[in-house]
Amino acid sequence: MRDVAVIGVGLTKFGEIWDKSFRHLITEAGSKAIFDSGIEGLEIDAMYVGSMSAGRFIGQEHIGALVADASGFSHLNIPSTRIEGACASGGLAVREGFLSIASGHNDIVVVGGIEKMNDVSGTAATETLAMAADQEWEAFFGATFPSIYGMIANRHMYEYGTTREQLAQVAVKNHANGSLNPFAQYQKEIKMEFVLNAPPVAYPLGLFDCSPVTDGAAAIVMCSLDKAKKYTDKIVKIIASGQASDSLALHERKDICTLDSTVKASEKAYKQANIGPKEIDFAEVHDCFTIAEILAIEDLGFVKKGDGGKAIDENITQLNGSLPVNTSGGLKSKGHPVGATGVAQIVEIVNQLRGEADKRQVKDARIGLAHNVGGSGATCIVHILEGM
Amino acid sequence: MSSGGVARFWREIPQRYNLIGNKCTSCNKTFFPPKEACPFCRRKSIGKMKDLILKGYGEIITYSIIYSSTENFQNQVPYIIAIIKLDEGPNITAQIVDCEISDVKIGMRVEKSFRKIQEDGYTGALYYGYKFKPCDSLLSENEKCECDTK
Amino acid sequence: MVDIGIVSYGAYIPRFRIKAEEIASVWGKDGKSISKGLGIYEKSVPSIDEDTATISVEAARNALKRCSINPSDIDAIYIGSESHPYAVKPTGTIVGEAIGATPELMVADYEFACKAGTAAIQSCFALVKSNLINYGLAIGADTSQAAPGDALEFSASAGGGAFIIGKENVIASINSTKSYTTDTPDFWRRAERKYPAHGGRFTGGPAYFKHITNSSINLMNKINSKPEDYDYAIFHQPNGKFPVSVAKKLGFSFDQIKQGLLVPNIGNTYSGATMLGLASVLDIAKSGDRIFLTSYGSGAGSDSFDITITNNIDLLKRNNAPLVDQMVKNKKYIDYGTYAKFTDLLYWE
Repeated sequence: MRDVAVIGVGLTKFGEIWDKSFRHLITEAGSKAIFDSGIEGLEIDAMYVGSMSAGRFIGQEHIGALVADASGFSHLNIPSTRIEGACASGGLAVREGFLSIASGHNDIVVVGGIEKMNDVSGTAATETLAMAADQEWEAFFGATFPSIYGMIANRHMYEYGTTREQLAQVAVKNHANGSLNPFAQYQKEIKMEFVLNAPPVAYPLGLFDCSPVTDGAAAIVMCSLDKAKKYTDKIVKIIASGQASDSLALHERKDICTLDSTVKASEKAYKQANIGPKEIDFAEVHDCFTIAEILAIEDLGFVKKGDGGKAIDENITQLNGSLPVNTSGGLKSKGHPVGATGVAQIVEIVNQLRGEADKRQVKDARIGLAHNVGGSGATCIVHILEGM
Repeated sequence: MSSGGVARFWREIPQRYNLIGNKCTSCNKTFFPPKEACPFCRRKSIGKMKDLILKGYGEIITYSIIYSSTENFQNQVPYIIAIIKLDEGPNITAQIVDCEISDVKIGMRVEKSFRKIQEDGYTGALYYGYKFKPCDSLLSENEKCECDTK
Repeated sequence: MVDIGIVSYGAYIPRFRIKAEEIASVWGKDGKSISKGLGIYEKSVPSIDEDTATISVEAARNALKRCSINPSDIDAIYIGSESHPYAVKPTGTIVGEAIGATPELMVADYEFACKAGTAAIQSCFALVKSNLINYGLAIGADTSQAAPGDALEFSASAGGGAFIIGKENVIASINSTKSYTTDTPDFWRRAERKYPAHGGRFTGGPAYFKHITNSSINLMNKINSKPEDYDYAIFHQPNGKFPVSVAKKLGFSFDQIKQGLLVPNIGNTYSGATMLGLASVLDIAKSGDRIFLTSYGSGAGSDSFDITITNNIDLLKRNNAPLVDQMVKNKKYIDYGTYAKFTDLLYWE
């Protein structure tokens, strides 16, 4: 297996982007990444695109072909594949791109992630997101996607004494980080009371425990490490890629409060990189809901099971803490254009490792971890990156 | 006028009306909905899976209160959704009914109730299935209900 | 002679209630005097996820909980209602599937206003008597609707009773049954219309009273019985006054009818009315008790029954399912707005 590097990154603004279409957003992100990487474009061997539900959001399938076409590559007949894993679509696309280079099959690939969620009504967007859950045995009976995480949160509070305040603090922290990110959907700090008094969505989660509906795209260019120097000096190495699955329905899990897919995916990644959780300097984790970040830092091995709430209280995961989590603002504040999220996490990590994270820069950032989850934990991808 | 989706619902009627799961006679684990083969015994369980009617009693292991729902549940908001551990072992996701929102608790004993789950609009089919309600407090204290055997 | 009759029974009343005074206050009427005049103080309201099918299933399951009949031995199901969820597609098949009686099963849905349930009992009785079936399940259930602001809004309610009819381990022997039927347009609902219409005071004398009286007298004449012979009597109850009045007319006392008189507290459950009244009596009946029942369905007709409780009543596990009285008392009050939401009075697009 060859070493793989990220040589270019690109991001659109995340938010309600009314004047930009699906095609416009992905080509914007893609061209920024290609420009950043120093490649011409003709060197691209393949494209991989993460998109959860273009069919329901914009009535369009066959996304791999669409993106290659919109990006101006169809006349070069480049292989282009769309990958879907609900909210993990972006991370899965990164992994497919990574594997194709590591195996020697491709030298240079572009990986993009895109979701255009505001072209349908809020109700339709919610229904589409709920398709990440088990349609026959969860959604059919009235479970909404937030309520599934609500049930995790309720049980976590019951078993470990986690409080609503600790959940709210995750949102406060991530909005504080997001306020320093010019691409984030929400760039305003918020107070704890605001989160606690927000309209209820699914007990114990309120409106501000939930990530928003977002348009946005992200893209990265990956290259085999031995060829990367040809194009750029700003090289970041992907030192691990771990993937795991678990039952689709929350009620089938071994433990309601543990995402085994996160545990297993990160175990594989740590093993590949020959490190442990202690060596991670900072992480982008999948905070689709505040409780998800608490679970993530436990399941990734940063703290013991049940201590996620305590870690928030002890400010461990703040921007200036010992393990900054979601310096980008996370899904909560940066936004969650579903297919783009997994790729956008890589963009933030690369920026940090290059020392280009501006006001959000983590000091001495050397190793970063990206954690992307599908649904309520049926899919998980963990990537670990190292600055060169 | 053709109404799509009826076959998808009809297929699951034995599960949704009567909680028919199955059991691996090799390792005695019970599954709901039924599995083609036991995920643990794998090959050994082929031909050894037996249908089992679950009694419909269990305990709430977690719940959430939904204040914002999809369109077809809008007129029920706020409602309780829960994960229930059935006495036979499997977990199930279902609404809790006949229970005040302030009364629902983790650990509460519940039993199945036959309710209308969804409607396919005004002209489509009606989809019935299981919801769960607090274990019958109406039965006289002298009489054993299935719950008490737990 | 082999006893043929009720082998087990079950009932179901939804737990929501709305007071007559609450309804009256919305329409600017005097609730107290309306309640007193009708003899109805509150009525049952089905939850938004309940309908005649769900009520029938719960009642049928309650009947099965009390005995040890294997549901696959139930050979016929007839469900009477004015509020079947589908105009075309039977409620009986939904119930049949939900109790595990399918597929070797005869099913049809019945309609005869409020007496469709007792008509189902007659059919099951005949099928058992002719040895065509072992057990038949007869259900009368409704989630009847009334036009907002109409007088019927105070009484139209929801509930149902289920009776398993057979000839083994009979707890209540149906000794005789007779009906009285004419074409009398006292109360009706045209196809495609949401709410019923009625003939006002015409629904009294020429309708309710004529049919119940004649049916009852005809049966008592046929079997040579008198009102004093009975421990309990049940009459259809569209309001709290009519059944008391017709009982008196026929020579029955208030004491005989009070156990089966549920309308003051749950309203008129239409096809469920006499069924629930009978279930309420069975909840407390003792071996040897004799019961007289006459139902009434607009359009119009009455079914009368002479029933004797057998020794087997003590073998029936009555406490395995909620008693009618327990369900009447298990209630939660709602306001008119919630009632409107539950009974689909609001227009959705």
